[in-house]
Amino acid sequence: MSILVNKDTKVIVQGFTGKEGTFHSEQCMAYGTQIVGGVTPNKGGMTHLGKPVFNTVEDALKATGATVSMIFVPPAFVADAVMEAADAGIELAVIITEGAPVRDMMYAKHYATKKGMKTIGPNCPGIITAEECKIGIMPGHIFKKGNVGLISKSGTLTYEASNQVVKEGLGITTAVGIGGDPIIGLSYKELLPMFEADPETEAIVMIGEIGGDLEIQAAKLIKEKITKPVIAFIAGQTAPKGKRMGHAGAIISGSKGTAAEKMAALKEAGAYVVESPADIGATVAKALKERK
Amino acid sequence: MNIHEYQAKEIFRKYGVPTPRGGVAFSGPEARRVAEELGGNLWVVKAQIHAGGRGKAGGVKLAKTLDEVEKIAEEMLGMTLVTHQTGPEGKVVKKVYIEEGADIKEEYYLGMVLDRALEMPVMMASTEGGMEIEEVAAKTPEKIVKVAIDPTIGFQPFHARKLAFGLGLGKDEQKEFIKFANALYKVYMDNDAEMIEINPLIKTGEGKFLALDAKMGFDDNALYRHPDIADMRDLDEEEPTEIEAKKYGLSYIKLDGNVGCMVNGAGLAMATMDIIKHEGGEPANFLDVGGGANPDTVAKGFEIILSDPNVKSIFVNIFGGIVRCDRIANGILQATEKVEVNVPVIVRLDGTNAEEAAEILRNANIKNIIPATDLKDGAQKAVKAAKGEL
Ligand SMILES: Nc1ncnc2c1ncn2[C@@H]1O[C@H](COP(=O)(O)OP(=O)(O)OP(=O)(O)O)[C@@H](O)[C@H]1O
Ligand SMILES: [Mg+2]
Repeated sequence: MSILVNKDTKVIVQGFTGKEGTFHSEQCMAYGTQIVGGVTPNKGGMTHLGKPVFNTVEDALKATGATVSMIFVPPAFVADAVMEAADAGIELAVIITEGAPVRDMMYAKHYATKKGMKTIGPNCPGIITAEECKIGIMPGHIFKKGNVGLISKSGTLTYEASNQVVKEGLGITTAVGIGGDPIIGLSYKELLPMFEADPETEAIVMIGEIGGDLEIQAAKLIKEKITKPVIAFIAGQTAPKGKRMGHAGAIISGSKGTAAEKMAALKEAGAYVVESPADIGATVAKALKERK
Repeated sequence: MNIHEYQAKEIFRKYGVPTPRGGVAFSGPEARRVAEELGGNLWVVKAQIHAGGRGKAGGVKLAKTLDEVEKIAEEMLGMTLVTHQTGPEGKVVKKVYIEEGADIKEEYYLGMVLDRALEMPVMMASTEGGMEIEEVAAKTPEKIVKVAIDPTIGFQPFHARKLAFGLGLGKDEQKEFIKFANALYKVYMDNDAEMIEINPLIKTGEGKFLALDAKMGFDDNALYRHPDIADMRDLDEEEPTEIEAKKYGLSYIKLDGNVGCMVNGAGLAMATMDIIKHEGGEPANFLDVGGGANPDTVAKGFEIILSDPNVKSIFVNIFGGIVRCDRIANGILQATEKVEVNVPVIVRLDGTNAEEAAEILRNANIKNIIPATDLKDGAQKAVKAAKGEL
């Protein structure tokens, strides 16, 4: 078991024929991901990487039965691509694109929610179910199969954390890079319950960052609903107090989103809060032993 | 990206958000000319820096004569303003804004920002204008009224009414306020603003609403579609080394410690600073070399880190994913040929082909390059090296 994606998941790629789309689609296919086609407007009918190219997501969906779209469309057009996927009935869009305007993503996310489409990202490494299905740009081989779920705002820290977990002789069920943009798709509050419900996941690593209050919301949820051990690291404990203009952001979140605040909330919720990023793997091992 | 008050007020005027008349000046005589053109008998000279809290720090001064305008402007220009938002080093004033003095009857706060949790913009208002609004939020949150605006319906009269009632405005004032708030919403949405803050928003003796202060920040990702706003960028407000770094796709922030850091990915870069501190050291910088850690970017990274004389050691912490570690190791070796690195460089490469990379570094046998086995080992060595103990 795993969450969201597995070896049977059929994936199309929006922005399939571009440079990034091509390179990473190839890597995903080599990993074993079932990429069944791609979408590039005005290139419908072509074959790319041995798979059919379609003009629209609707055409692709009809012909292939795909449920997931991996999106590599350039930032100025990414919201359009996300909305097209939602309109066509895609169930999950994994948005890799970096640099999407926030306003665009706000509209796209609202529409996706209305259409019942889940999103991951933008500006994220994607999602991987170890040794089954990789939808994104992460180096697949560091995610060995195991019993630890992983949720992270940061790309390279996802790799670091997985690497540490694997070095402990453990492994990963599914790892999700949720991205750190102001508007993102699935986040801790949706993913933690999915891992809680997944019979194969025995512990959950959650990696956060300073800013915003997603981790504070996560802490509330952990306290109320999550019984599996959560191992948390918050990056940016030593980040300098930002030079800033105005106060509006801080007023809204009711806090300054500091690492200290988030760590305290998570500790209070019963999570294993790791202070040094080098201790993530060892703490997972310790938590699993303690709970057994 | 942030802009100055005078620039924000230019945008406000375009959208019909009322502000006092004013003009920017770079010298005393120019300030005098601006004041003369504005006319009247009361002016305000305001330091233009990208930070709030200017009033308390002496960056906002009233002038009753043209001579006074000139004198105050001359004093203010070139002065270093330290406010609670500039950091201890402060900011040098390079331009001033001369504005007609307003007849303040009432001061309010009005701001707009994205609420990340609700995924909608929020407009908020408070009767506690001119005050430290953060303190108001902490101590008397009931004095701040907020409305979240679903962008698919846009700003509606009911939103504005809720704010107006929250401010205790009478029936006649409401109409004026609703117009004001409507225009502000348009400013925010049309321009991809990230933040707008008007503190204070005032009611004049005649019952008109005026934006006396204006702070605006924009979504960098959307600047490509606002060339007029992109042109407002003031490089004087940014660190020269940070600008230089950006040219090479690097993201650099200088700090006060002595352990230089070069890392791929912002999250890992922050975590690297955290572990240096955890191991008893002080990071000298944040540096994210991004995904393409090639010889050129690494060389540039060394150059930028070493431009800080405090740096006593450098911790290169790279997790090789798609970019393989052996290639990064070669890149580091090539970079050390281009830039003279005279402090110990602790290199931790993990991920794809990490063993090959370690082999390459060992074989190169360069005295300043010290391989590390993992994150902790690297951080410990870098901290020791900075203390001269390695
Ligand atoms: N045109 C004006 N006429 C009269 N008084 C003014 C004028 N502009 C500013 N002031 C006064 O100066 C004070 C400080 O100015 P302003 O709010 O623009 O700067 P600030 O101190 O940087 O703001 P903040 O603390 O909100 O960041 C205002 O609260 C107001 O009382
Ligand atoms: Mg002010």
